[in-house]
Amino acid sequence: MNAPLLDVRGLKTAFPTRAGEVKAVDDVSFTLQSGQVLGLVGESGSGKSVTGFSIMGLLEPPGRITGGEILFDGVDLAKLHQEDMRSLRGRRIAMIFQDPMMTLNPVLRIDTQMIEAIEAHRKVPRGEARACARDALAQVGIPSPEERLDAYPHQFSGGMRQRVAIAIALINRPDLIIADEPTTALDVTIQSQILSEIQKLTAEHGTALIWITHDLSVVSRLADDVAVMYAGKIVERGAVGDVIDRPMHPYTFGLVQSVPSRNRKGARLAQIPGMTPSPLDLPAGCAFRTRCGRADEACATPPPSAGAADHVCRCFHPREVTA
Amino acid sequence: MSAIAYSLDAAAPHCGAVPMVEIRDVSRRFGRKPDLLGRASIALGLVKPPAVVRALDRIDLTIAKGEVVGLVGESGCGKSTLGRIVAGILPPSEGQVFWQGQDIATMPAVERRAESLRIQMVFQNPFAAINPRLPVAEVVGEAPRVHGLIEGGRGAEAAYVDEQLVRAGLDPSLKGRYAHQFSGGQRQRIGIARALAVQPEVLVCDEAVAALDVSIQAQILNLFMDLREELGLTYLFISHDLGVVEHLSDRVAIMYLGRIVEEAPAVEIFSRPNHPYARALLAEVPRIEIGKRAFSSLKGELPSPLHPPSGCHFHPRCPYAFARCKIERPELRTVAPGHKSACHLNERH
Ligand SMILES: Nc1ncnc2c1ncn2[C@@H]1O[C@H](COP(=O)(O)OP(=O)(O)OP(=O)(O)O)[C@@H](O)[C@H]1O
Ligand SMILES: Nc1ncnc2c1ncn2[C@@H]1O[C@H](COP(=O)(O)OP(=O)(O)OP(=O)(O)O)[C@@H](O)[C@H]1O
Ligand code: SF4
Ligand code: SF4
Ligand SMILES: [Mg+2]
Ligand SMILES: [Mg+2]
Repeated sequence: MNAPLLDVRGLKTAFPTRAGEVKAVDDVSFTLQSGQVLGLVGESGSGKSVTGFSIMGLLEPPGRITGGEILFDGVDLAKLHQEDMRSLRGRRIAMIFQDPMMTLNPVLRIDTQMIEAIEAHRKVPRGEARACARDALAQVGIPSPEERLDAYPHQFSGGMRQRVAIAIALINRPDLIIADEPTTALDVTIQSQILSEIQKLTAEHGTALIWITHDLSVVSRLADDVAVMYAGKIVERGAVGDVIDRPMHPYTFGLVQSVPSRNRKGARLAQIPGMTPSPLDLPAGCAFRTRCGRADEACATPPPSAGAADHVCRCFHPREVTA
Repeated sequence: MSAIAYSLDAAAPHCGAVPMVEIRDVSRRFGRKPDLLGRASIALGLVKPPAVVRALDRIDLTIAKGEVVGLVGESGCGKSTLGRIVAGILPPSEGQVFWQGQDIATMPAVERRAESLRIQMVFQNPFAAINPRLPVAEVVGEAPRVHGLIEGGRGAEAAYVDEQLVRAGLDPSLKGRYAHQFSGGQRQRIGIARALAVQPEVLVCDEAVAALDVSIQAQILNLFMDLREELGLTYLFISHDLGVVEHLSDRVAIMYLGRIVEEAPAVEIFSRPNHPYARALLAEVPRIEIGKRAFSSLKGELPSPLHPPSGCHFHPRCPYAFARCKIERPELRTVAPGHKSACHLNERH
C-alpha cells in the first residue's frame, strides 16, 4: 500500500486555562489514504473540532500541540512554519468550519470573498474567477447564483452560508478536506446534492476527506471508515459497517441506540446515562467508566486495545462482536 | 366544498381556546424599494433593479398552548424568518402576529417588552448568538436577574445558573469561561440554557439540536418533552432532521419557497403526505444504511426567492404539474380533518 496521505501519530493538543490544562485531544492516531473518507463522530466536546484545527495549524492561542506528529505527504505539519502552512491551506488542505462565519467575512460581498479565495492560489483573469465563483455557488444549490454573488453573508440563510463555506473549500480542489459538521443545517435534498459533489471530488480528484459529524445516517452512507471520539481519545475505529452495526465500545453502542428513528415516537429517547465528565477532571483509566454499565475495578487503569486491526476499540470489556 | 372544509376545521382538536401564537397572512420581503431617483435610473437602464427577496408569502399559522409544531422545508425557504417573526424579533412586511389573541403591533411598548420575555428563541447559529464578552454565568443569569425571576441573593443566583446549565447537559464548573472556549455543541446548549432560564411559555427552536451528538440530543429532546408535560410549554420546532421532527411534533407544517404547502398532524403527514413536494421530501427520511451510496441530487430548476415561479411555486419541479399550476396559486385547503394542503390536484377529480 502507498504511504498514507495523512498520518496522525499520538496527537496531543491542550488549552491552558486558569483552572488547569484542558487536554482537548489526547493521544489521537489515524491514517488516511487519498480518496478515502473518514467519518469522525463522538460526544459533543470530545475534541473533534480541535483535532481539525490542529491539523490546519489554526489553534487559538494559548492552545497548542503538546505532542505527536501530523504527517501530510511525509511533512510534519506540527513543525511547519506559519508561512508554509499558509500556502498549504486552501490550496492543498481546506477546512469547512462548524461556524461558517470563520470562513466568511461579514463586511465583504460574497463575490469578493470567493474571487479572493481563487486568486490566492491561481492566476486567472477576473472575469474567469467570477464565473468560477458563480458555478461553485450553483454547485452547492444556491439559486440565482449570479445575483446572489452581490449579496453580503447576513443576507443569506444559515444553510446558505454553510453552503458558501463549502463552495469556497471545494473551489481549489484540495487534496485533503476537513469538513466540520458541514451539513448540520441542511435538508436532505440539498445535503444529497452536496454529498454527491463531494463524492465526485473524492472519486475524480482523489481528495481525501475527514467528515466530522454527529449524523450517523450521513456517515453510514458516505464514509469508508469511522472513528469514534470520547473525551479527547479515539475509543473505536473500523470500517463503517462494522462500527455502526456491531459496535464494540460501550459508548459507541449507547450512541447508536440514541438515534430517534430507533425509538418509538413520543416515547423518551434512549440516552447515555450520566453527564460528560469535566475535561479538567477526567476519571482515571477509562474516561467513560462513570457512565458505563460494564465498568469494573479494572477500568480504573488505562484500557487496552481490543479487537482486530481493522476494527479496534479501547476497552477492557468490549461488547461481543458476532461476525 | 368550502362549507365542508369549514365544518371539518371546526372539528379540529384545538379549536375554541385562544391560540398561543397566531400568524395571519404574513409576508416578509428583504431588500429596499428604490427611491425616485433609483427608479428613474432603473427605467433608463442605468442600473440593475435591486434584488428583492420574497422570504415569506402570505403565511397563516396557529399554535395552541402546549402544542409542538414542527416546521420543515428546504434551506432558504424562510423557516428562520418565520421563526423570528413568531418570536417578535422581526416585523412582518405585511400581516399580523398575535400572542394569546393580542396583536403585537398594537401592544404598548412596556407590555410588549414584558410579553416578549414569555416567548424565547434558540438561534440557528450557536456561534453568533452568544455575547463573546460575557462569561457563561452572565450569559445565562443576566436576564432572569434583571427581570426578577430569581429570589434571594448572589448565592441563589449562582445556584439558579448552575441548575440551568446542568439541565442543558453542561458542566457548571465551566461557567466562568467565555463562549469561544466551548465546542459547537456546548455553545448550542448555552443558547438553550439561556432561553429556558427566563421561564418562557413559548420556545422557538431554530435547528436547536443540530450541533449535538445523538445522545446529548436525546437528553435535550427529553428535556423539551418534560417541560411541555410539566409546564405546558409550547414549541415551534424548526428542523431539517425529519426523524427528530417526527418524534417530537404534534403537528407539522411544510414550507416551500416562502409558503406553507402542507400542514397536518405529524402521524398523518408522515404516513399520508398529500402535497407532491411533501411526498418527495418525506420519501427521503434518512436512515442508517450501510454501504457507500451514490447521493442523487434533485432534478429540476432550483427555485429562487428572487424570482419565484408563477402560480404554484413547485410547478417547475413537480411531476404532476398541469396548465393551471403555472397560472394560479393553490390555496391551503382542508383535505382531511386537520389536514391542509395547497395543491390543485386536490380539486381535480
Ligand atoms: N479555546 C479553548 N479554551 C479552553 N477549552 C477549549 C477551547 N476550545 C475548545 N476547548 C475545549 O476542548 C474540548 C474539545 O472541543 P472541540 O471543539 O474539539 O469539541 P467537538 O468534539 O468539536 O464538539 P462539538 O461536537 O460540540 O463541536 C471541549 O471540552 C472544549 O470545551
Ligand atoms: N437580512 C436579510 N436580507 C436579505 N435577505 C435575507 C435576509 N434574511 C434572510 N434573507 C433571505 O430570505 C430567505 C429565507 O431565509 P431564511 O433564513 O428564513 O431561510 P431558512 O428556511 O431558515 O433556511 P436555512 O434552512 O438555510 O436556515 C433566503 O433567501 C435569504 O437569503
Ligand atoms: S474500559 Fe471499562 S469503563 Fe471503559 S468502556 Fe470499557 S467496560 Fe466501560
Ligand atoms: S399545484 Fe400543480 S405544480 Fe403545484 S404541487 Fe400541485 S400539481 Fe404540482
Ligand atoms: Mg466541534
Ligand atoms: Mg434558518
